[in-house]
Amino acid sequence: MIQSFLSYLHSNVTPGEAGSLPWVVIYVLLVFLGISVGVIFMNWFERKVMAHMQVRLGPMRVGPMGLLQPVADAIKLLLKEDLAPTGADKLVFWFAPIWVVMTAFCSFIVVPFGRTHAITDMNIGVLFMLGVSSLGVLGVIMAGWASNSAYPLLGSLRSGAQMVSYEIAMGMSVISAIMMTSMATGTGTLSMIGIVQAQLQQHRWFVFSFFPLGLIAMGVFSIAMVAETNRAPFDLPEAESELVAGFMTEYSGFRWSLFFLAEYTAMFGVSSIATTLWLGGWLRPFPNLLAGPNWELAFSLVPGLSVIVLGALCLFRYTRMPRIREMRPEAVGLAVFGAMLGLLGLVQLLPGVRERVQDIFWFTLKVFFFMYLYVWYRTTFPRYRFDQLMKIGWKVLLPISIGVVIATALIAVRQELFALVWR
Amino acid sequence: MKDEPFYEPLEEVEPGHTFLDSTELTLNMGPQHPSTHGVLRVVLKLDGEKVNGLECIIGYLHRGIEKIAENRTWVQFGPFVDRFDYTAAVSNSLGYCLAVEKLLQVEVPKRGQYLRVILTELCRLASHQLWLGTHVLDIGAVTPLFYAFRDRETILNIFEGYCGARLTNHAFRIGGCRWDAYEGFSQEVTKVCNDLMPKIDEYADLITGNRIWKQRTKGVGRISGEDCIAYAITGPVLRGSGVRWDVRKAQPYCSYGDFEFDIPIGAAGDTFDRYLVRLEEMRQSIRIIRQALEGLPEGPVIARVPKVIKPPAGEAYCAIEAPKGELGYFVVSDGTAQPYRVRVRPPSFINLQALEKMAKGGLVADVVAIIGTLDIVLGEVDR
Repeated sequence: MIQSFLSYLHSNVTPGEAGSLPWVVIYVLLVFLGISVGVIFMNWFERKVMAHMQVRLGPMRVGPMGLLQPVADAIKLLLKEDLAPTGADKLVFWFAPIWVVMTAFCSFIVVPFGRTHAITDMNIGVLFMLGVSSLGVLGVIMAGWASNSAYPLLGSLRSGAQMVSYEIAMGMSVISAIMMTSMATGTGTLSMIGIVQAQLQQHRWFVFSFFPLGLIAMGVFSIAMVAETNRAPFDLPEAESELVAGFMTEYSGFRWSLFFLAEYTAMFGVSSIATTLWLGGWLRPFPNLLAGPNWELAFSLVPGLSVIVLGALCLFRYTRMPRIREMRPEAVGLAVFGAMLGLLGLVQLLPGVRERVQDIFWFTLKVFFFMYLYVWYRTTFPRYRFDQLMKIGWKVLLPISIGVVIATALIAVRQELFALVWR
Repeated sequence: MKDEPFYEPLEEVEPGHTFLDSTELTLNMGPQHPSTHGVLRVVLKLDGEKVNGLECIIGYLHRGIEKIAENRTWVQFGPFVDRFDYTAAVSNSLGYCLAVEKLLQVEVPKRGQYLRVILTELCRLASHQLWLGTHVLDIGAVTPLFYAFRDRETILNIFEGYCGARLTNHAFRIGGCRWDAYEGFSQEVTKVCNDLMPKIDEYADLITGNRIWKQRTKGVGRISGEDCIAYAITGPVLRGSGVRWDVRKAQPYCSYGDFEFDIPIGAAGDTFDRYLVRLEEMRQSIRIIRQALEGLPEGPVIARVPKVIKPPAGEAYCAIEAPKGELGYFVVSDGTAQPYRVRVRPPSFINLQALEKMAKGGLVADVVAIIGTLDIVLGEVDR
């Protein structure tokens, strides 16, 4: 049994494909943990970035540079009283946040963090992800309906309409990316891993394919995914100034934090789709141009080195911290954190580890590019009105994405077309 | 025709019957709501997102200040007026002092008048900055709020240096100003003015050209100039509809006739125009402050008024251009040290009437935008 457990390490496929149940369990736990840590980090990161864009400091009190603020918030949320409104449909009210979290996490089954770093590979990976992530709207509608309150109901109705409308534009732009997979090999694929490998074989990320068609498709997708996850400027379902907190109005404490978790997980989810489809997934920059063992080595050192740089930054901040007794625990904590990061970086430099880690690193980096965009949008844009939101979805994004699909298809079959015309 | 409010009180709903069964949704917005600017309660009748009708319910901040006046002396009532429009306390103070001075027939010394103008215009800047931040926040942009509040802080610092208080600063007294300008006052005000001019352009950079902002405000809450006059609406809302009416020009008080400034007006009378009008008003305020600082004469800042103020029996009405519109004080004296009656004509209360007209037929999001663009302060609405 141990033999079969260890033998997976030498195979070059995902645990799901290898059929190794213990490794599937390990990967599920790892993904769950990773996403949760990502959400916690995102919470801090968003508040910090927003704060710095808004001429303020953001969380500074709990932990060095407010690093422990999300932890403090989580504890606060867990200790809060869990209220349900009098007229609420208790069962649905209870089930809604669970459903939302469940669907948000489920979509990560097929997300490839690396060639072997996915729970499993499905031949319908993209469809599965889109399908599962769009099931989340059910939970939102359940939450709004079960609250027996006007604001949540309005919020959930908005959410339902919005998610359904933007999924179409989203799906269309996904189709154009999937058509691109069949270019070099002649066999298209819906598998998330297959899509990334197609980009490797074609020597370019799909965002640059059929320039500017890939770019437009990614643009449409990255707008639609903001609407899909109910974030600013499309955050109408939870528009604070209009609907108080939308479908989350009546939720408090742990259940509210489940919605929060689900929202950020869904953001990670759609960002992963965008990364996989257009930004080459786990592929490092220039895998074909800067090939060769030396470049391989150089790029595989990047993850470890960047973590070491982060740790060094922490240590540098430690030296610059005021030497007063009250700040002492924070300063020491920061130094320890920096040292830990440095050690982690060193571990990642080890041969054997670095090859496995670097896929995850590049993938995460690309996902965080989209996550940063989310934060950027939130500080920059006012909120759309409902009719304008619908107008953008149906009258702007949908025609553009259909146009991209048609154009991609025409270019893809251009040789056959020419042949037809010239005959 | 309607004596009864059109919404159903909650208690009368029969058991088992929820709002889900009705086709028209009654949404109770406020008094605890993030963007009703205090404790305004708006009962909306919605068909989906569309507003079929609405009714404002006010009075949640009623403190009976007008009645309190009758139990205080003329001087004692001074600090109370700051609590009407607490975002523009200096203007309130000015209106009240001017009205009582009219009763007393006291002429404020020129330096006192100029000082009043400087402080009142600073207060207009601060009030408009607060409006800008909250209005834009209501429409969903978070960032400009912090920029506006950062710059408002510098103005509040001047108030603090002048009289020790930042918000409800009982700045003026009957007969003039209690304090002369502190040392370094004019340098500080000049610096704030010089700094603020580019900052106003910065706000405009952040907001004006934004497509979403334009879509959200253009054509929203449109009201014509005739309607404004019929509703007795004043201030930037009136000027946004293209009516060139400003009490500072029409009936100059407090030496406003000495200064050169323009009255910005809008054309369409929608939320976007009112936004532009207010931004331009901030620039004009800076212009006035600069002129007043330049021409600040020497001399006393307060006229000789008796210790116990007993205006002769009679009545006086005095209106000023507060940041939110025409702020009028109607004071009646029976010859004693206490007012017989003080009646306020609050701009917010009267401008709020137009909410129903402007919001009907729009969407829920527009209601919030319109409440923001009317620039109401519930302390002034309820008094």
